[in-house]
Amino acid sequence: MKRLNDLEYLKLNKLQVLLYNLKLFFCATLPQFFKNIGLSILNFFKNCGLWVKNEVVDIVTTFTKGNWAVKLSFLFFGFGNFYYGQILRGILFLVFEIIFVGYMLVPSGGLYWLAKSNFLKTGSTVGTVQGRLQYDALYDTDVWVPGDDSVKVLLYALLTIIFIIAFIYTWRLQIKQCRICMDITAKGKKVRSGKDDMRSLLDDQFHKTLLSLPLFGIMAFTVLPIIYMVLIAFTSYDAAHDGYSNLFSWVGLEHFNELMDFGQGGLGLAFGEILSWTLMWAFFATFSNYFLGMFVAIMINKKGIKIKKFWRTVLVMTIAIPQFVSLLYVAKLFDATGIIGKLLLEWNWLPQSMIEANELSLWQNPVSAKILLIVINIWVGIPYIMLMATGILMNIPQDLYESSRIDGANAFQQYSKITLPYMMFVMGPYLLTSFVSNLNNFNVIYLLTQNNQLINTEIGTAGGVSVCHTDLLITWLYKMTLNSAESKYYLASLVGILVFVVVAALSLIVYNVIPSTRNEEDYG
Amino acid sequence: MMKKNTDNRIRKTGMGAKASRRLGNTVVYVILVLITLVWLFPFFGIVLESFRVESRMQQSYLWPKEFGFDNYIRLFNETDFMQWFKNTAIMGVATAVLQTFFVLSMSYVLSRLRFKGRKGLMNLMLILGMFPGFLTMILIYKVFTDLGLTMDMAPVGLIIVYCASSGMSYYVSKGFFDTIPKSLDEAARVDGATRWQVFYKVIMPLSKPIVIYTILMGFMAPWGDFMLASYLIHENSAGMNVAVGVFEWLSKTMVNSNYTMFCAAGVIVALPVTLVFLMLQKYYVEGVTGGAVKG
Repeated sequence: MKRLNDLEYLKLNKLQVLLYNLKLFFCATLPQFFKNIGLSILNFFKNCGLWVKNEVVDIVTTFTKGNWAVKLSFLFFGFGNFYYGQILRGILFLVFEIIFVGYMLVPSGGLYWLAKSNFLKTGSTVGTVQGRLQYDALYDTDVWVPGDDSVKVLLYALLTIIFIIAFIYTWRLQIKQCRICMDITAKGKKVRSGKDDMRSLLDDQFHKTLLSLPLFGIMAFTVLPIIYMVLIAFTSYDAAHDGYSNLFSWVGLEHFNELMDFGQGGLGLAFGEILSWTLMWAFFATFSNYFLGMFVAIMINKKGIKIKKFWRTVLVMTIAIPQFVSLLYVAKLFDATGIIGKLLLEWNWLPQSMIEANELSLWQNPVSAKILLIVINIWVGIPYIMLMATGILMNIPQDLYESSRIDGANAFQQYSKITLPYMMFVMGPYLLTSFVSNLNNFNVIYLLTQNNQLINTEIGTAGGVSVCHTDLLITWLYKMTLNSAESKYYLASLVGILVFVVVAALSLIVYNVIPSTRNEEDYG
Repeated sequence: MMKKNTDNRIRKTGMGAKASRRLGNTVVYVILVLITLVWLFPFFGIVLESFRVESRMQQSYLWPKEFGFDNYIRLFNETDFMQWFKNTAIMGVATAVLQTFFVLSMSYVLSRLRFKGRKGLMNLMLILGMFPGFLTMILIYKVFTDLGLTMDMAPVGLIIVYCASSGMSYYVSKGFFDTIPKSLDEAARVDGATRWQVFYKVIMPLSKPIVIYTILMGFMAPWGDFMLASYLIHENSAGMNVAVGVFEWLSKTMVNSNYTMFCAAGVIVALPVTLVFLMLQKYYVEGVTGGAVKG
């Protein structure tokens, strides 16, 4: 499509500008966006191919050019390092290999767990020995003879796989080091000694020292459980198959089909309903907070307003008070017996239709409950936004306002043409993260509605729990795993993966649209 | 700072402009007073109701007919509240210390040091942050049960859970480190300091605000956490934190005899946290505003 230059663009009237921009978005921006995604996927595979080729070439040349020690280290780790005098590294590599081989081969070691888990084999159980009750003559009663614990079997199998990957990586690493040593000695220089290595951990390799603990924590407590969770989605892990009293098994994609059931009482229906409210909630919660918080910040920073610090402190105080105190209390305020709820009743402020349906508080009607949630969330969220916006407002160059006033701009024009674009630019990434955290906003929803369950009778139960009108995906998952007798872990995992896909896709699109990433240099 | 800016801008304008500004300011004052009332109302409410003696139920009036400390006495004598409070306080302090170490190492490395895989690491953590984090509890709960870190020992397990992945929330402090001029590092490096010495002797002394901010955040996290705590505690009173413990009192069956006691517990919990927070407010504000400006 034909792009207009600046002069032509300015000649257009408002409607034409709108049409032009819409056309631009659909004919140019959107196709470009998808084209970019396609291209980057293509590029990714191209780079992967290149990388594999380079690695193979490098490994082969190292082997052919290397001396006996280097050749030996293809089988026994660290010999190349020993040959070139890097004793410390050599010992570490060798010890790693011994531990690995030992762990894989001992009777209840890696191979044992891998075989037991029937890894990803649809139809077979995770673990092979089922625990059972057996008559015991000594106690003259049936006693429980424990078998395998599927949860444990799967965990060990997963750890073994990770160990194998680490082994391959280390194998490659020490070959690469042989290659580097070969190059260095060929040039007649000295290789790094163990002492140098130790010293560099506090100097050029300092990042490794500092990162080791935090990264270990993240790997063990976030990455590993997430991979585990993804695996669980392909099994039948729930209360009836808890892995201990009853082994669970690999079921493949069966649950995906279950989730795609959009018929009456089907999971798909419940999922769709909850997802749409979750998205709506995140949208309203994020933007209502954003605009109102900004508005409050502008008011407090307006010139001529005194005791700015006092107004700010009042709001900030609400951040300090633990949410379970304030939210639970506020939730009770709006109950039919609460102070505000009672007033609404006495003043007849509740809609007639609600009274007729015997819905005596705002919590008892789906629509009013949802609105109330968003309003209370404004109460919770404004202080944060107000603080941030204050920081940004102080950074806006004052001469922009000066010159605009001389040009005759009124307050609203100043706001929409200076303040808002500037704020949008700086806070764009924050808006995105706050949208994501609102999607997973457990505290506000759960604490406010737990004692005011509003069951969605059209949907009934899904995943073993009755679905409420106000449930977000995260509260649904929480109830599914903790408050339900069926504890459908596999379903929770599956929904979790889907939530992730939705969130990641949304963030990707938003990230490509917000001005902060589009014109990074604009305000620089 | 801001005062100066506004003063600079005051210039002679016509009487009409002045009057309209005064009107504008009056409107703003009215709105601000209203906001203050709305924001503070629940806190006054909760304090007042915690002193109510005549009824333990929720009432539709605010001002107690009879003031007294009954609820507080009951709170300390008849419930495990002290135990919960102690648990939460221990968790708060431990989390504050460990989490500060984790977060600061992470953010310092990502902000000041350049190494292979830095960008990839940041992207990885961004993506990990999008998973509904509590699903990791399915596995962690199981493993911790085997290790004996749930139920009574839940506070220990919770400290580990809070701290282990805290490296992922490095954004605010990275934003702060980004603002310290790089030339300081370079000067120290030229003088022969190792990177460890730069970190320890040059950057840390300059980072007091962000250290305090991180400690504050770590200390406050366990007080507000309900989701993860309830998962590990599993209705075992000895290991509860205040949020999980007190939550029970508002359930349909218990609320009528425990409502005012809940208010008393809320006051007791909110007091220390709020006091600490208000004392360190300056650092918190710096952290939030700084983090936002850096994005």
